[in-house]
Amino acid sequence: MTERTQPILYLDGVTVSFDGFRALNELSLVVEPGELRTIIGPNGAGKTTMMDVVTGKTRPDRGRVLFKGVHDLTRLEEAEIANLGIGRKFQKPTVFDHLTVFENLELALKADRGLIATLCFRLSGEARDRIDEVLDLTGLAARAGERAGALSHGQRQWLEIGMLLMQDPELLLVDEPVAGMTDYETEQTAALLRRIAGDRSVIVVEHDMEFVRALATRVTVLHEGSVLAEGSIDHVQNDPRVIEVYLGR
Amino acid sequence: MASPLLRALGSSASGRIALVSFAVVIAAVPLFNLLPPSGSALHLPDFYINVVGKWLCLAMLALAIDLIWGYCGILSLGHGAFFALGGYAMGMYLMRSIGDRGVYRDPVLPDFMVFLNWKELPWYWYGFDHFPFAFAMALLVPGALAFLFGWFAFRSRITGVYFSIISQAMTFALMLAFFRNEMGFGGNNGLTDFKDILGFPLAAKSTRIALYLASALALGGAYLMCRWIVRSKLGRVLVAIRDAESRVRFLGYSVTAYKLFAFTVSAMLAGLAGALYIPQVGIINPSEFSPAASIEAVIWVAVGGRGTLYGAIIGALAVNGAKTWLTSSAAELWPYLLGLLFIVVTLFLPRGLVGLASLVARRPPAGVPVLAGILKPERGGSD
Amino acid sequence: MRLVRGVLVLCAFLLGFGVRATNADPFADAVAALGADGFAARAAAVERLADLGDPRAVPVLRAMSEGQLLVRKADGALAIQDGTRAYDPVTNQTLVSFNPDDYETVRLNNRLRSTLRGALGRLVLFSPDPRERLEAAIGVFKTRSVENLPLLRKAIAAETDAEVLAQLRLSLAATQLLSDDRAERLAGIAGLAGAADVEVRAMLLQLAADGEPDAEVRRRAADAVAALDRRLATLRLVQNLIQGLSLGAVLLLAAMGLTITFGVMGVINMAYGEMVMIGAYATFVVQQLVREYALGLTELTPILAIPTAFVVAGALGIALERSVIRHLYGRPLETLLMTWGVSMILQQAVRSIFGATNREVASPSWMSGAIEIAGGITVTQNRIWIILFSLAVLAAVILATRLTRFGLYMRAVTQNRGMASAMGIRTGRIDALTFGLGSGIAGMAGVALSQIDNVSPNLGQAYIVDSFMVVVFGGVGNLYGTLLGAMSLGVINKFLEPYAGAVLGKILVLVAVILFIQRRPRGLFALKGRAAEV
Repeated sequence: MTERTQPILYLDGVTVSFDGFRALNELSLVVEPGELRTIIGPNGAGKTTMMDVVTGKTRPDRGRVLFKGVHDLTRLEEAEIANLGIGRKFQKPTVFDHLTVFENLELALKADRGLIATLCFRLSGEARDRIDEVLDLTGLAARAGERAGALSHGQRQWLEIGMLLMQDPELLLVDEPVAGMTDYETEQTAALLRRIAGDRSVIVVEHDMEFVRALATRVTVLHEGSVLAEGSIDHVQNDPRVIEVYLGR
Repeated sequence: MASPLLRALGSSASGRIALVSFAVVIAAVPLFNLLPPSGSALHLPDFYINVVGKWLCLAMLALAIDLIWGYCGILSLGHGAFFALGGYAMGMYLMRSIGDRGVYRDPVLPDFMVFLNWKELPWYWYGFDHFPFAFAMALLVPGALAFLFGWFAFRSRITGVYFSIISQAMTFALMLAFFRNEMGFGGNNGLTDFKDILGFPLAAKSTRIALYLASALALGGAYLMCRWIVRSKLGRVLVAIRDAESRVRFLGYSVTAYKLFAFTVSAMLAGLAGALYIPQVGIINPSEFSPAASIEAVIWVAVGGRGTLYGAIIGALAVNGAKTWLTSSAAELWPYLLGLLFIVVTLFLPRGLVGLASLVARRPPAGVPVLAGILKPERGGSD
Repeated sequence: MRLVRGVLVLCAFLLGFGVRATNADPFADAVAALGADGFAARAAAVERLADLGDPRAVPVLRAMSEGQLLVRKADGALAIQDGTRAYDPVTNQTLVSFNPDDYETVRLNNRLRSTLRGALGRLVLFSPDPRERLEAAIGVFKTRSVENLPLLRKAIAAETDAEVLAQLRLSLAATQLLSDDRAERLAGIAGLAGAADVEVRAMLLQLAADGEPDAEVRRRAADAVAALDRRLATLRLVQNLIQGLSLGAVLLLAAMGLTITFGVMGVINMAYGEMVMIGAYATFVVQQLVREYALGLTELTPILAIPTAFVVAGALGIALERSVIRHLYGRPLETLLMTWGVSMILQQAVRSIFGATNREVASPSWMSGAIEIAGGITVTQNRIWIILFSLAVLAAVILATRLTRFGLYMRAVTQNRGMASAMGIRTGRIDALTFGLGSGIAGMAGVALSQIDNVSPNLGQAYIVDSFMVVVFGGVGNLYGTLLGAMSLGVINKFLEPYAGAVLGKILVLVAVILFIQRRPRGLFALKGRAAEV
């Protein structure tokens, strides 16, 4: 019952500084369960740092980060946070080059991450079906046996998104998923993300305004480490402050 | 979807061929020693039983290094330390078995302690008169050290060359420590003058053949165990850690735990190798801890081809074979050749002899890319 | 013993005054008594002469101890023989009508000889040579005899040299401690207030013990011991600090080039120690050439060797980078193995050329010897030169990276290789030059090491692990970090040595660095934020 009413992600007064430079400045942000949220902002606005804080890569100097209202993410390791149900897609696609596409997905499969369990792991028929399903969804079925290192840039992006699907997270953080993609690939990716959202919460960081428009979501604009504006894409695009710092230039 | 299975089967077949040919060669050595009469051209002198037995132990050390370097990308320049610790544990047992047959005829104290005027056995020597205890220690002490060292290092995310340097410092510090007489391990001279093992005289031919066979069995067993590990999902996690450590973390795996597991298992294997090595060479001294010894073992793996397991064994046998042959005929040349080996292998043969063979056969095995030197790691990043 | 001596002195006085008519000059009187009959009388005369504290007595007593003091058989007049001639001991006038047959040698026995030695020792206090006086003052300090007190006072009054004066005061105070007079003893304790010497400590401790009858003296002596202990501790601290800094300077020299190449190229050069070794051999070769062709330049050998070693090692480094290392960029672990191979080859090559035995490089005179700082703390000169040299090299390298275009490019490549390359910097060239610079610095480190260590093919290996620790500790690519890392490791090492011994101290330092890395995996001065995410 409580989980329904709690936001899936709650950031309050989060501050991070590197050598005196404030990457995040009293950032507060709330994401509801099932929401697809886009975050935009100029370079250095703190988008990636925000993701780092949520996934445990960077510890904030101050502030609270709560997952489902109960888990304090500032105290947990990356792996623990991942196991709570938070998935992350990096800006630069990172997959395991020397493993096959199939093995990449197998590692991401939601399963016991313990040493012994992993050592004695056997792939069940059910799990195999699930991998096949994701292979189809990402259009990689034909390349399942190939090394991930041999994939094109777009295919690597999809493989990474596929791995996140295997993880079955409740909250998914996606960092610039269409950077370096062709128009066709961009469209495909937008469709993929919309399919993923709905039953889970997704936060997308993006530069590409066409893509943001295609996603048709609530938009948060970050500037100098804190929230500048929030609302629909039309609302945000007409905000004079946003135009000044970002869109107008 | 079917292809990973196929691939597993495919390399499994090649692995089986390797295993069978390995078994044949292993069996051949004592057979050629025992069966043909000593005048015959086919006769292998006794000396070779011992030599090949030592090589098998060194191959096990190489196997241990390959498990962490080839699969998990951890380059330890201090693995000789685990090998030496295993050796010292066994050496302590052999020392205690001398009993009152030492120069000073002391029933309890080894000669060097009598020489240093020690009155009683230090506490850490207790129990080493029992073989099972000493044998267990040969595995547990290296394992515990690796666990402790690895826990500190991996938890703090020390990777790459940093880890290599720190592991080198570890073995260097141990070498300095074992050089000290006060440590109670015979200082400079180490432990030597062993008489027998489990009551069998070490000088006897039958004991030597038994030790040889034990080494061969241990190596075979270690190979199978490593193979089981690297072919499990855990093995794939290790490779994934090597490729993109932080990605593995964001998938929810505890990278520290996995690295620690591989490192500790590897150290225990190295300890076992050391324990089997010492009765065959008859001496253990602090030079086994020297950084040079550890780094030389790494090059065996590189020569054979890392990330294949059997490549490590082939490399260790090849390099040590060449060393034995060359140091007897042209000792001056050996350092040049070994140095050249380091350069040639890293520059031209990133996948070693195994890679060379499979390049001819046009079928790259799992693990390292075919042309590691030419492929750039970056790939269209958008940073 | 003392009684016997006193009686003897008394006898001598009686004899001296009784037998001979009084002379105006006490020196002439005392000299004349040397020819007296009987060994006891002569010994008394020697003592009397010595007590006068007249420097003119020294040549006379020396002549006597060497058997060159003659006495005329006829009237007992004395003469000092000098070859075939002789002169008068008092006036120093050459005796015109000298006939050796008229004289006989003033004979000595063992007892007299030792009296002579002691007397001469005390008399040297008045020698014209300040060095002899200083030695004599130290001798008095060592023997400590209450009878020397008046002599010492006299010497102090006459002394002009500050150093000798200080030693004389110390000797006086130390001797005063033995006096029966309480005031003297207290004055002695006060006089030793500034001393920092373990011998003084032992003397004071004796006085603080139960043997001393006076409570006040005991208390003051105990206080003095406590103060001295504090002073000794401070001095020991200073000494350790200086030794630590000099070790740190060696480490700094050895690690500087390593940190530059590691910082710019991400490459660990395992052959770095061999570059140091080659620098040392370059010094050896320069020395041999100078000895062969330009003996007059011997004193300048290290100066000539510095550029030579820099160029030789630097050229070798550039050749190494261009031929092999550049093919391995992006693969630091392979580079590490490959350079190890290079190091083996270089070592063996040097062994083949120069032999496996140690070669000796002599230090020029301006670098050898030791300087005493205070209270027995000495620092060998070459250590000081090495500290200065390492700091000079550090300053030069920092200036070069700050002020030159190459330095700018180097820093750019360190921070962002891709961006630097995109801006038109030829990164390959920068790599080669950086590697050359790093190796050149290693070569110069070799020149310094050749002055304090044996030049052998294994020279480099002895420093390589320590250098790595410095780099890791200080933070890669940061020269200030390297400075701090080297100096702190050097000092910690030296401070641990007295408690743990050299080897255990080193082990502890290694373990400490390994543990330190846990807290700061990228060293003291790590790059932070985005720059670190490579």
